[in-house]
Amino acid sequence: MSPIPGSGLAKGLAVTLRTMTRKSVTAQYPEAQPELPPRSRGVIALFDENCTVCMLCARECPDWCIYIDSHKETVPAAVPGGRERSRNVLDRFAIDFALCMYCGICIEVCPFDALFWSPEFEYAETDIRDLTHERDRLREWMWTVPAPPALDPGAEEPKEVTAARKTAEKREAGE
Amino acid sequence: MNDVLDVALRLVVVFAVFLVLPLVVGQTEHKVMAHMQGRLGPMHAGGFHGWAQLIADGVKFVQKEDVVPADADRRIFQLAPAVALLPYLLVLVVIPVGPGEGAVGQVVDAGIFFVLAVMGVGVLGSLMAGWASANKFSLLGGLRTAAQLLAYELPMLLAAASVAMAAGTVSLPGILDAFEWWWLPWQIVGALVFFVAGLAELQRPPFDMPVADSEIIFGAYTEYTGLRFALFLLAEYAGIVILCALTTVLFLGGWHGPFGADGLGWVWTLLKVAVLAFAVIWLRVSYPRLREDQLQRLAWTVLIPLALAQIALTGIVKVAID
Repeated sequence: MSPIPGSGLAKGLAVTLRTMTRKSVTAQYPEAQPELPPRSRGVIALFDENCTVCMLCARECPDWCIYIDSHKETVPAAVPGGRERSRNVLDRFAIDFALCMYCGICIEVCPFDALFWSPEFEYAETDIRDLTHERDRLREWMWTVPAPPALDPGAEEPKEVTAARKTAEKREAGE
Repeated sequence: MNDVLDVALRLVVVFAVFLVLPLVVGQTEHKVMAHMQGRLGPMHAGGFHGWAQLIADGVKFVQKEDVVPADADRRIFQLAPAVALLPYLLVLVVIPVGPGEGAVGQVVDAGIFFVLAVMGVGVLGSLMAGWASANKFSLLGGLRTAAQLLAYELPMLLAAASVAMAAGTVSLPGILDAFEWWWLPWQIVGALVFFVAGLAELQRPPFDMPVADSEIIFGAYTEYTGLRFALFLLAEYAGIVILCALTTVLFLGGWHGPFGADGLGWVWTLLKVAVLAFAVIWLRVSYPRLREDQLQRLAWTVLIPLALAQIALTGIVKVAID
């Protein structure tokens, strides 16, 4: 029981009145862009130069929204008497964003850093078929992918840098 | 000829006020409620802060099909919105907004009786709608309306009677002429009882059991669409205007103000009505709906004893002064 009868009622009135004097939280979206965190999951971008058609992303995708077509090409021997090599060439890479549930597993499993999150989100369409983004459109999204976050000051240096430094040291020692 | 012109002019003004003020209250409710909940409310219709939202709503309502259920009592069903709305228009005619005869639509000697009687008719609209819809939810809503009307008309009447006793007249301009500033603390309990009972009669939250949408869909208005539904909504907002205006006239001194009562009396009236209308919206935003039994208990065990006590107080002070 409250000490004064009706004090709870007054408190309720005070809460609504106080809220009215404060700035409202509504975001005027089409007029004002939202301030999203840089790592927002907006759309998936494809860096197709890195793609080796390993198919891991397509196989891991929980709702099968990634379509990949490819063919094999034979690369002639690099040196005389060498062996011919074959390599995969990407013909089609498409993500159906009408099916995608933005779990990000494809980006996690890609071993060659070919898939990235981009914070762009304004790609609604009036025709559901247009939500299937083909290779060139996915490549365009790459320009909106933010730079990777800076390493923590106390973190280990990246493996690539370590490897490069060791090679350089070896060469120096050899000379 | 001059008299006819005079009457016509007064009626046109009253009608214009009747059409404009409820919309203003409605738009204020949109905005005040939104900001009390941390939102912005309508922002697009009309360009500037959604000022034309209710006009847009009206256009939408007009375009909708007017459906009458197959089993409904057709005539009554179609008549109900008018019965709900028109009494408020009639009440507005007799409410004085300023001093003198020029500021009243029509002076009625038995003003309080006329006002309270005609306001009671407005609730009949909900009853007719509830009974004629041939829908169990509508019927429940209509019966709840009836119960609420029975419970709250009495304290409202008693509170108004207290003012009539104090002024020694039942004419609304007469009450205002007799008004003194110290009536305010003297009649404050009656004012609260009148206002709360009026809210309940309008079925405004927290007294909206008859239209409790989570229980009985929309009570008596469940089967209504389009323009007829809009008329019920308009009746609710017209009711707010009337209730606030009546509370102003009976308890807050109407056109009396600290200064400038002669030329600017109507400004004081409008200002007081606006403040009360804000309070109506404020109460709606702040409080949850009362349960049906709590609603009845509040009326019979709190409001009626308070109103009777106010009448006793009024009588004692009146005798003491004389």
